[in-house]
Amino acid sequence: MPSFEPLHILNGQAAALKDIPSVPPEDFRRATLDCVAEGARVCALFGCPAAGGRTRLYMLLAHPRQGQIAVFSSEAGPSYPALTPDCPQVHLFERELAEDYGILPEGHPWLKPVRFPHRENGAPRPAEIGMIDFYRTEGEQVHEVAVGPVHAGIIEPGHFRFQASGEEVLHLEISLGYQHRGVERALAGGPDKRTVHYMETLAGDTTVGHATAYAQVMESLGGKNPGFRAQTLRAVALELERMANHAGDLGALAGDIGYLPTASFCGRLRGDILNLTALVSGSRFGRGWIRPGGVGFDIDWATRDRLLERLEKIVRDLTGAVDLLWNTPSVLARFEGAGALTAAQAVELGLVGPAARACGLSRDVRFELPSGKYRFSQIPVATWSSGDVFARAWVRWQEILNSAEFIRAELESLQPEEILTAIPGPAPESLAAVLVEAWRGEICHVAMTGADGRFSRYKAVDPSFHNWAGLAQALRGQQISDFPLCNKSFNLSYCGHDL
Amino acid sequence: MIKPLLERLRQGRRTFPFPEADPELPERFRGLPSLDTARCGRDCGDACLKACPTGALSRTEKGVTLDLGCCLFCAECAAVCPNGAIRFTREYRLAASKRQDLLLKEDTLRLASALDRKALKLFGHSLKLRQVSAGGCNACESDVNVLNTLVFDLGRFGIQFVASPRHADGLLVTGPVTENMRLALEKTWAAVPAPKLVIAVGACAISGGPYRGRPETLDGVGPCLPVDLYVPGCPPHPWSILDGLLRLLDRLG
Repeated sequence: MPSFEPLHILNGQAAALKDIPSVPPEDFRRATLDCVAEGARVCALFGCPAAGGRTRLYMLLAHPRQGQIAVFSSEAGPSYPALTPDCPQVHLFERELAEDYGILPEGHPWLKPVRFPHRENGAPRPAEIGMIDFYRTEGEQVHEVAVGPVHAGIIEPGHFRFQASGEEVLHLEISLGYQHRGVERALAGGPDKRTVHYMETLAGDTTVGHATAYAQVMESLGGKNPGFRAQTLRAVALELERMANHAGDLGALAGDIGYLPTASFCGRLRGDILNLTALVSGSRFGRGWIRPGGVGFDIDWATRDRLLERLEKIVRDLTGAVDLLWNTPSVLARFEGAGALTAAQAVELGLVGPAARACGLSRDVRFELPSGKYRFSQIPVATWSSGDVFARAWVRWQEILNSAEFIRAELESLQPEEILTAIPGPAPESLAAVLVEAWRGEICHVAMTGADGRFSRYKAVDPSFHNWAGLAQALRGQQISDFPLCNKSFNLSYCGHDL
Repeated sequence: MIKPLLERLRQGRRTFPFPEADPELPERFRGLPSLDTARCGRDCGDACLKACPTGALSRTEKGVTLDLGCCLFCAECAAVCPNGAIRFTREYRLAASKRQDLLLKEDTLRLASALDRKALKLFGHSLKLRQVSAGGCNACESDVNVLNTLVFDLGRFGIQFVASPRHADGLLVTGPVTENMRLALEKTWAAVPAPKLVIAVGACAISGGPYRGRPETLDGVGPCLPVDLYVPGCPPHPWSILDGLLRLLDRLG
């Protein structure tokens, strides 16, 4: 057993930096593995510049059974024994540490660049974007297919390298970084007037999710919570975002197998849901809706009634459109068994969101570590156990129905109250950690402040960061021609990963 | 087989009769800003300039100038102006042909003009575009993508997104153009046969948007490629994008 007790905080709670245990590397490692063995998952592992040009490592693990986040840190040397062989879910975090801070995780099986970041002062990059030593399989029947960074559709860029035998994919390697805008670097030294706009554009389709996480970070650092009405409106915004994206995904899944009725119905219905968000905030993506201290836009009674009325029609139309999928044998034949993952794989890779719930894991921050309105209003966790494209589609559909029901109940119980309260400036020398269950899964934001109350480090983890490896794994043994379908069933963010 | 047909009947036809009818926009939609120079005082300590996250506002002798190409339409400036000199209208028509046309001095915006006759002859009835996301957050990409849904039905105007740059008449670029996408963008552009167009959609593609001045990006498409159409917004509403495309092709009468 490690000789220390990690600091346990609630979701959305701030702590003084001095209260975070700083432990020797071997304890850091053992505590991580112990927590994971107890059922915790890694939310974030990141480096932070420390005195004397050194780097300090921070580990945040979500303990679902305790409903808390465990935090501890260690000072990093130039190298350490990699955690990845014993704890595969940290593989990308360790690659990131190596890339950003030059810390070598010895024995890491897959130590390659993550984002090919820009180097200051024109220093040479360690590798040109996309130029890496791709994994290769050899054999007479084996061939390699390279796709991207510019793909065929209207979609963000990334590079995919398939090792295939005939049509069968032996391995898929995903190399990203093309969308790298240096967001985390830009956030250091904040908050300032651009900060919230960085949050809203971390991943445009998750504007509400990331802005909510940031708002909660500011509130926990300022030591003041927004009112109940603001929390309710935030939850409504988040569930609308979930509904819109899930509806779009179900349509796109139908489109990828050439089943056009649902594809075109859902394409329109996604827009109708975005228009509900625009009804309140003026923006289809909810820009300006979520602000530290509350929300930027209120709902009057007339708008509330219009929203509820339109929502009911949308759910009716969605039901008609989506039920076609479950009633069409040729659709089910393409969905079932495609890109399947087991629950064990999902746990090992640290998957989050619908991708994890489709493997039977009841992983959902709204249920396990609730914050904001979800502490008072529960929402069922939708799961399915087959881990395939069908499961990921089915979980999305159940979540659409649950979200619609939640929005209806929340809007009907809305009480008058101020929607925006002034938040005191961030406390100095503190750390705040926030988890938000956005439509793709768990978002983790960690802010650390210096003596002046400014961000010395801001770490943002998009659910995509956890899930890209799941897609690569799901493709094994599939046909190359099923890649679009499998890819869409995960629908991960490129810019959210490339931060 | 009967179920999809019944559902098709029930859902009905949803294509919006644009441009014959004006699009329906939410009441809180933030479109073209209006600058009332008469109201613009000097007693405000340049509150709007200080509030703007991207430096879209600048003060000149005649009052305040707003660069629509940088504007995120967050309306922070309107919120702090003590004289009410800035407000956001619900005007969705925003596209311009030249970068300097986006410098808004009062409330007049020189909207995009049509291509010249020779280009119209080539592209006027059939325009194939290759979309390149160069650091875009996916919001612009999403609202370009919805033009293909049946509400907007882009295909009826002869405009289509194609998979290969070699099949395209031009590029529609979103995102601030990251260093990491520069080469891919240049290669995609080189693969489009001439004569060819470039359309910059969104604040990022026009000026870098919130990422303006960051060392990881090039502050938009301008430094790389010659732009024929600018569609401001963060992200622009699909109607703004469609309006811009139709203006370019002289399809709005």
